Amino acid sequence: MKVKMLSRNPDNYVRETKLDIQRVPRNYDPTLHPFEVPREYVRALNATKLERVFAKPFLASLDGHRDGVNCLAKHPKSLATVLSGACDGEVKIWNLTKRKCIRTIQAHEGFVRGICTRFCGTSFFTVGDDKTVKQWKMDGPGCGEEEEPLYTVLGKTVYTGIDHHWKDPAFATCGQQVDIWDEQRTSPVCSMNWGFDSISSVKFNPIETYLLGSCASDRNIVLYDMRQATPLKKVILDMRTNTICWNPMEAFNFTAANEDYNLYTFDMRALDTPVMVHLDHVSAVLDVDYSPTGKEFVSASFDKSIRIFPVDKSRSREVYHTRRMQHVICVKWTSDSKYILCGSDEMNIRLWKANASEKLGVLTSRERAANDYNQKLKEKFQYHPHVKRIARHRHLPKSIYSQIQEQRVMKEARRRKEMNRRKHSKPGSVPVVSERKKHVVAVVK
Amino acid sequence: MARNVADLLALSQQEELVDLPDSYPLSTSEDEGDSDGERKCQKLLEAVSSLGRTNKWKLAERSEASLMVSEFNVTSEGSGEKLVLSDLLGSATELSSLATVKKQLQRIKSKTLTIPLNKEVADRTLREAAFSKTSQMLSKWDPVVLKNRQAEQLVFPMEKELPAVAPIEHVFTGWKARTPLEQEVFNLLHKNKQPVTDPLLTPMEKASLKAMSLEEAKIRRAELQRTRALQSYYEARARREKRIKSKKYHRVLKKGKAKKALKEFEQLWKDCPSAALQELEKMEKARMTERMSLKHQGKGKWAKSKAIVAKYDLEARKAMQEQLAKNRELTQKLQVVSESEEDDEGTEERIVPVSDGMDDLRMNADAVNPWMLSSCNSSAEGGDIKTDPEQIPEFVTHASSESEGDERPVAEELVLKERSFQERVDSNNAKPLDIQETEDSNSQEVLSESRILLQKLNKENHQSEDQEVSSVETVLHIQREDLASEKFLVLQRLERAHVLEQRGELGKEEHYPKKELSGPVLKGVWKEMNPPTHPDASGGKKKKEQMIDLQTLLTTPSPPVKSLAVPTVQELEDEVETDHKQLIKEAFAGDDVIREFLKEKREAIEANKPKDLDLSLPGWGEWVGMGLKPSAKKRRRFLIKAPESSPRKDKNLPNVIINEKRNIHAAAYQVRAVPHPFTHHQQFERTIQNPIGYTWNTQRAFQKLTVPKVGTKLGHIIKPIKAENVGYHSSSRSDLSILQSNRKCLSRKQQKQLKKSSAD
Repeated sequence: MKVKMLSRNPDNYVRETKLDIQRVPRNYDPTLHPFEVPREYVRALNATKLERVFAKPFLASLDGHRDGVNCLAKHPKSLATVLSGACDGEVKIWNLTKRKCIRTIQAHEGFVRGICTRFCGTSFFTVGDDKTVKQWKMDGPGCGEEEEPLYTVLGKTVYTGIDHHWKDPAFATCGQQVDIWDEQRTSPVCSMNWGFDSISSVKFNPIETYLLGSCASDRNIVLYDMRQATPLKKVILDMRTNTICWNPMEAFNFTAANEDYNLYTFDMRALDTPVMVHLDHVSAVLDVDYSPTGKEFVSASFDKSIRIFPVDKSRSREVYHTRRMQHVICVKWTSDSKYILCGSDEMNIRLWKANASEKLGVLTSRERAANDYNQKLKEKFQYHPHVKRIARHRHLPKSIYSQIQEQRVMKEARRRKEMNRRKHSKPGSVPVVSERKKHVVAVVK
Repeated sequence: MARNVADLLALSQQEELVDLPDSYPLSTSEDEGDSDGERKCQKLLEAVSSLGRTNKWKLAERSEASLMVSEFNVTSEGSGEKLVLSDLLGSATELSSLATVKKQLQRIKSKTLTIPLNKEVADRTLREAAFSKTSQMLSKWDPVVLKNRQAEQLVFPMEKELPAVAPIEHVFTGWKARTPLEQEVFNLLHKNKQPVTDPLLTPMEKASLKAMSLEEAKIRRAELQRTRALQSYYEARARREKRIKSKKYHRVLKKGKAKKALKEFEQLWKDCPSAALQELEKMEKARMTERMSLKHQGKGKWAKSKAIVAKYDLEARKAMQEQLAKNRELTQKLQVVSESEEDDEGTEERIVPVSDGMDDLRMNADAVNPWMLSSCNSSAEGGDIKTDPEQIPEFVTHASSESEGDERPVAEELVLKERSFQERVDSNNAKPLDIQETEDSNSQEVLSESRILLQKLNKENHQSEDQEVSSVETVLHIQREDLASEKFLVLQRLERAHVLEQRGELGKEEHYPKKELSGPVLKGVWKEMNPPTHPDASGGKKKKEQMIDLQTLLTTPSPPVKSLAVPTVQELEDEVETDHKQLIKEAFAGDDVIREFLKEKREAIEANKPKDLDLSLPGWGEWVGMGLKPSAKKRRRFLIKAPESSPRKDKNLPNVIINEKRNIHAAAYQVRAVPHPFTHHQQFERTIQNPIGYTWNTQRAFQKLTVPKVGTKLGHIIKPIKAENVGYHSSSRSDLSILQSNRKCLSRKQQKQLKKSSAD
């Protein structure tokens, strides 16, 4: 007599080891799980709402400076260490985990114009209004020792900026001209000059390290080749560029922070048209720094806010501001791409999260999975009107908000006027110039 | 260059001096007036210039602005001729010291060099060259950048960084105590002779190490090792033996043990009988326990011993039998279970015919397949008698198709009535045959109803069908005569079946009486009956379709109607326009736009019609699987009829399709335009329609779908991308050294400039 009964293969429901997760039989038949799109839409909507609920980007304010913070520098080896120079010549080294100042140096008389760290992280350089370049040790002086620079170089003119080479013991300063210095010598190895205006900032390319970019007050951006000791090309924009920053993942791209409220991302091989014009600020952009992933950058503006832009988008993804934060002079994105530091006029350095709603600390695998899923859902449904509206909604200070409105009106008026002019003139005599090309005055070979 | 010119001048003067004596006085008196002197000087100069035939060249004065300005102050403009090397050499003929140089220079077939570029232009060319070189160098990054931009996921930091943990000794060597506190601590440590550098052993430890000699320590260690090894071997063996499952092994083991025990016992018997007695008692006890245990198998030691003796000993045989009986009793339980099962089957067999009218079929099915039994039972319970598997689905589909495609109200009404009627019939069928006789009146009612239905239908249908029906009836009447011996009831049923059949419905009721009729005769009748019925049914259907067509034609204007309407409009229009229209008509003669439109509209109407909702769940109360469908009754029970929809807005507008699906309220939630990266709305829709959640995807797929674009590690520094990481070769020389070597190659002049600028 054969007994018939239902039997299952234990492989289908017994886990192999105790450490495995329990096997939960699941029927993926789509008819059993209907309404995929509406359900995912609701999930996406909820995720977007939650993102806004949890968006609390401000972490800490580092106070201690007695004047406006003029420059910031990251430590190349330690995530927790940050250096800052103030307008009264004071340099402070901060510990971010403790949120405390660990060392204070009276480095210069007058402004500390520029600060940069050596690639090995053992020392740093400062330049100031007192026409000096100073090198300092990163560790504090021993007991009973005086706080003294390792070297001091006295120059003829004021230096307005400094940047260190990424691999070699060389650094570049700018002022009347761009000088390249060997650390061992007291005179520059090479100085490059093109035009006669003062140069406000100089930056080494982090990938092709022999390339430099500088921007001068005669509205131009000049590129140099350090090996051939010659300038390469110059682009003249509508207004003065305050600083530039190279993309750390794409050797030929850099972004320029301009006085005309915009940022321009250039491909250095084709300077006549910027790759992207980043609009959104309502006042001069003073500083820009790339995320180490090279996908986004942060910009500091005179309009008392900082904004985060994706490299390939013309509009910002995020804007940070607080009531107490005044004109933001300098900004840095930390090397783990998680935080943003900004130094402003009112003597404080502020620490922000790069992703406003991100949960800090170690996540469990389930948390991470949920996070990733939500992120993907938001991405998938980003074009739906309600999701888009919630995701884009930001509170702005009244001043910025009203200025945005005002500028919108101005822009519209300008557009209309141009349209009318085109309408009433000979066809072809008033050509349509794209937003990208509009701001480039000339490229000088 | 200027110096050269001066030399040349000096040379010419020398020549002058040589030639002078014959024609001119060497000097003029100084007393003469200024003007005179000036004139004379002029004359002298002219004379000098006219003297030398070869010395035509003279230093030109630049008097007006010129485009050709050389920064080397050399121009050939004054003479209006080109300056040639031979001109310069001519003046040098007289100097013997320059003879060799002259010869060398004459040998050269010289071409004049172009004027060197001015600094501005030279710098620009230099810059352009450098730029083109650099941009060429940079374009090697293009593929890397492209790859990184398109990557599904980028994980940072890109290179694997080794943990930079220095050993403590290295840290110590580089560290000095500087603060007073540190120094104090260090002093304390040094006092205790705490080790600071490698090896990290205190003096005490070192001393204890020294205390034991090496040999001794080795021996001790070896001993310890041996004992440890032995212990582990023993443990391993014991564990292994314990784990052996083989019965044979254990049996042999037990036998061995028993033998040993026997030997010991004999030894004991010899040595000390009292102890041996005790042992014997123990053995007896063991035997008793075995007896007590419920193994009456005849395999025990006692049983075996009895089995040997049983042949001769009556008592032993009795004991054996007793045990066997006991064994049977104990093991009988299993058999009892199987018997009861059989009993159940028997009862079922007995019961089933009562509940069902068709025992023969059931018996047959039972004999062939036990599964059929249960299905039959279930069908009996459901009130449906499934005899012909082919017919039932047909009926079912037919009914459903009718109910679904209800475009014609009359037909629908019919179907509805028919259904209610059928249900009643079914309920009748469910009852056993014997009882049916008592319920004759009921069936009569049903019959009358069906007659009414038939009449109605006949009114609508044409006469030809009627004729067919009558023919079938006549056939059936003949049947009736033939089978007069059969019960009246059966005939009634047949008639009813016939009625149903007439309406194009081949229900299972038809088959019911067939089973009752005796074999071959009925079969013949059935064969006769079947062929006319099928075409009849199909014909009926066709008729209905025709009817529908007529209706639709009434509501929707067909092309001919349109053409009729056109002339009325045409009358109002000019002739030119009519010509124009004619032309268009001719041009588009091939494609029938109007028909296409009508077809489209019909489809749209079809699509928008509310559908019936079937809520029947397969598997409740019956078997499911491939090819099995939930029973018709069940489906009927759980079918939710679609509500009558309100008349369409475009019902009376022949040339318009008004989409009634569009929901204005939903528009607020929908994407208005195709977003940027997508080029076609289908692309976008596809991305939206593919779910990414765990509800719809397997775990692995879910992980793959939700992988973030950029992955970073907590607390790791992300460095800029490096050429070596990507696989490119980067120059080993540092930029600074290249710069310095390049600078050595620079011209002295540039260096001078640089020095000047750096000094400024």
